[in-house]
Amino acid sequence: MSMVDTATVQRTETPTTRIGDSAARPDGIPKVTGDFVFSSDLWHDQMLWGGTLRSPHASARIRQINIGPALALPGVHAVLTHEDIPGSPDFGLDRPDQPVLARDIVRYEGEPVVVIAADHPDTVRRALAAVEVDYEPTKPLLDPTLAEDAPPIHPDGNVIRRIHLRHGDQEAASRSDLVSVEGTYEVGMQDQAFMGPESGLAIPDGEGGVDLAVATQWLHTDRDQVAACLGLPAERVRLTLAGVGGAFGAREDISLHIHLCLLALHTGRPVKMCYSRDESFYGHVHRHPARMWYRHYATSTGDLVRVEARLLFDGGAYASSSHHVIANATCFAAGPYRVPSADIEGVVVRTDNPPCGAMRGFGAVQSCFAHEAQMDRLAAALKMDPVALRRQNALASGDVIITGQRITGTLPVVEVLDACAAHPSAAGGPNEPMSRPGGAGRTADVEHIVRGEAVALGFKNLMFSEGFDDSSEARCVMHSGLVTVTTACAEVGQGFVTLVRQIVGEVLRTEEVVLEPASTNSIGSAGSTSASRQTWMSGGAVQLACEAVRRDLLARVADQYGVLVDDLALLDGRVVGLPNGEEPTLASLTVEPIEATIVHQHAPTLPLDDCGQGDAHVSFAVSAHRAIVDVDPDLGLVKVVELTTAQDVGRILNPLQALGQLEGGAAQGVGLAVMEEVKVVDGLIRNPSFTDYLIPTALDMPPLEVAALIEQPEPGAPFGAKGIGEAPTISSTPAVAGAIRAATGLDLPRVPVRPDDIALASREGRVSPEEAR
Amino acid sequence: MTIATSIDDACAAMKAKPDALVLAGGTDLMVEVNRGIRPINDVVAVGRIPEMRGWSREGARGEVLRIGAGTTCADLTEPTIASLVPALAQAARTVGSPQIRNSATLGGNLATASPAGDTLPVLAALEAEIELRSVEGIRRLPLDEFVVGVKDNALVPGELIVAVRVPVLDGPQEFLKVGTRNAMVIAVASLALVVDRFGKTVRVALGSVAPIPVRAIEAEVLVAERLDFDGEVPPDSDLVDQFAGLVADAARPIDDHRGTAAYRRHAVMVIAGRALRRAFPGSSKVVE
Repeated sequence: MSMVDTATVQRTETPTTRIGDSAARPDGIPKVTGDFVFSSDLWHDQMLWGGTLRSPHASARIRQINIGPALALPGVHAVLTHEDIPGSPDFGLDRPDQPVLARDIVRYEGEPVVVIAADHPDTVRRALAAVEVDYEPTKPLLDPTLAEDAPPIHPDGNVIRRIHLRHGDQEAASRSDLVSVEGTYEVGMQDQAFMGPESGLAIPDGEGGVDLAVATQWLHTDRDQVAACLGLPAERVRLTLAGVGGAFGAREDISLHIHLCLLALHTGRPVKMCYSRDESFYGHVHRHPARMWYRHYATSTGDLVRVEARLLFDGGAYASSSHHVIANATCFAAGPYRVPSADIEGVVVRTDNPPCGAMRGFGAVQSCFAHEAQMDRLAAALKMDPVALRRQNALASGDVIITGQRITGTLPVVEVLDACAAHPSAAGGPNEPMSRPGGAGRTADVEHIVRGEAVALGFKNLMFSEGFDDSSEARCVMHSGLVTVTTACAEVGQGFVTLVRQIVGEVLRTEEVVLEPASTNSIGSAGSTSASRQTWMSGGAVQLACEAVRRDLLARVADQYGVLVDDLALLDGRVVGLPNGEEPTLASLTVEPIEATIVHQHAPTLPLDDCGQGDAHVSFAVSAHRAIVDVDPDLGLVKVVELTTAQDVGRILNPLQALGQLEGGAAQGVGLAVMEEVKVVDGLIRNPSFTDYLIPTALDMPPLEVAALIEQPEPGAPFGAKGIGEAPTISSTPAVAGAIRAATGLDLPRVPVRPDDIALASREGRVSPEEAR
Repeated sequence: MTIATSIDDACAAMKAKPDALVLAGGTDLMVEVNRGIRPINDVVAVGRIPEMRGWSREGARGEVLRIGAGTTCADLTEPTIASLVPALAQAARTVGSPQIRNSATLGGNLATASPAGDTLPVLAALEAEIELRSVEGIRRLPLDEFVVGVKDNALVPGELIVAVRVPVLDGPQEFLKVGTRNAMVIAVASLALVVDRFGKTVRVALGSVAPIPVRAIEAEVLVAERLDFDGEVPPDSDLVDQFAGLVADAARPIDDHRGTAAYRRHAVMVIAGRALRRAFPGSSKVVE
């Protein structure tokens, strides 16, 4: 916290909001007071309500759908099936492999089959109940280890992607003097658990086109998918960003977008849809559950020699972004360490489980849990300090990673590790009953508790990879002093709306800024709000557009006053540096507007070759977490007492927002470590509610200590800033899991760690509270 | 919708509209209504009946505590009532969030009759009596006759839970609840233990390990014979282990998405031992 306070005090004396300020979010107070308009608040006086009938089976043939009884109900305006889709019957983020509405087969529980529009949500509910779908349940494919050899459940086959990465000397481990450790690890299915369920409002334009307001992460790719399914040219489908109540990857895929537009065009009426909390668990993709086998080889003095791994990710019924998730998991499988030889096979398969796709950390989360457990295991085998082992093998700028790519930017691995590990702990003892494992349930007394501590490192790419043609467009117009910025960047809580004002303040030295609503009709694509990319991509586009306006403005003044541009500067809404002492205002200088539109691209990347080698990534980031946990081994309950972090940030643009990202990301990581799991039994989600899908409360998430934010400006990044949103989610989970292992002496190869895993574990090797003392 | 302001009003409305839902705090009911699994045609709201809220002492020495069914979980944690039935206060504190506790009522917890209802093991251990009213009159049922199954109770149409009677006992009480989150969690297993120093008995009841709250009678009998109720000598490890084992034997848990049967049985054993040690710390220790 002190880092934020100091920065605020130092910077608030500058009149305009600048880069580096803890500028407050413009939407912050409205969100707290309830005035902010979320997508679920959208309203139109003539609107109908939409609803979705979903498959109750993980796998079934559809023999017949009888919509008659539903259509006959008073107040029902439309009951649509796959037969009513005028365009492509399938959609998909990477490839169209998912039916808009199921045709002959359903492949997961919750797959949409029928959509309905009616005059009232209750009418919708009755109509959904009145639809008769004749299912013939079939044997679902549920075990991802069987998927490859099982009959295909989809025309595209059961293997969504396989990458077999081989790096360096494949015989490197044949020496006899190496130490090796082996382990099999598992990560459960995590949900993004955003607060604002999927919702949107589609309004037909009366000419065959449609306007859709929706909470999403990437307007333009949504638009293209919607238009394809509607059979319309892209320009007749216009998407505008509605107030987003969190995303974390869950809004990268289409949910209700196409359904809403179909209903609106079919009825000629505006249609609103808003998923319930339960439905939301079926309405978006989750984090891939993973099974990961690892073997690490090192010299007896602790130099990593080779890493072998087999990663199996369950993609669920449809591809979503699985193709890229498994690439990340594979590329970052060894962590931020120098690994001269590697053989990593990453496979993501199709099953009849819930579809999985993007979630904060995107593949790196799963492998980080495994590689960090391996590093601790290796340290134990070598009788080395786990921090020292990590330090000895830490990657640095100039090193080559297991994809063969040389790191040309910054990568302060040792710096984050040292800062985090050396940070003094402020953790007190478990004196307060509520702050013990079990919390409000009052289950533990002091003598029942053991404490453990562990450090973990996380490693991930920033931005899209593997040759993806990625760009963001921004426009800056200065007119009568007012700066209007237009981008299609989806603000999902990351703070882009704040950052735009800071960039304008930094470059154009004015507070007179309007950020236009994000929409597909006003500007080209901003790309996705994901992959820690928007500050770099859309922020970069805004910066460049503002700089172009600044150049033109100063050229105009230089020309007008007959002076050199280099003598002029901007200050607090004026141009200064004129020899006559005059300080014309921006307002007076831009009666005739100045405009610039920029398409910003990052440095190009290359695809991975057959051996998973190639310069596939733009930039890298590293983070460290240290967790201190108290465990009640007899009950298997855990209290995370303290989390300390250090992160590679390039440059801090807004200390307050940076802290928000670090805290929120760490909370999601703590959740995955000890409680967050979508429990799927026989292909059916057993806990689709916040009653049973547990996320950390204030009693579960400890104070976050920020040991250091390492500022080594990244070449090519706007202001040198790296995206910071994902890293906190990556290293926090293995740190907590490692600390529980340290406290209990158990292997705990799976997250979330369940009470059974501790309390019912064999007593062999387990640390008892008496022994710990 | 009827907003009743007296018990008589409420009973009359319930007689007139037998299919009406009774709405108190709404923290269970509205979840079901909003989820569309509880049809709602008419409502009798009982949240504004003053005589249903609060508590009073009854009996010659005030040995019975009568708690209005409309008393909220937050009310139950107030120091005065907490000192009379500490385990009930502890249980009420584990319910949901502050917002939920401000709204949720003791009567609602009974009406829902969930196996995981947090106050139910305490009421079972206290051998509470449930007071029901209808236009026909008053009916009093012991808790074990009131809660008859999973989310099932002995209420007949037109009948309203108006109060709960529990004894004010001389002796420590404990409520422990195991969940996979440190707050705002449905119990995976819970246990209430109450001591009656005067009667030299210990009563134990379990939650979330059977369709209804269950008493651990054999465990109670065991310790009643061997405990030092004057509090000088703490129970030895052997007694604690035997007690905990018998408590676990009383559980009839199932596997579900919140926990396994094996863990639940193990957990009640652990918390039984801890509860007993807390209640009988011996003269050298102070109860926390």
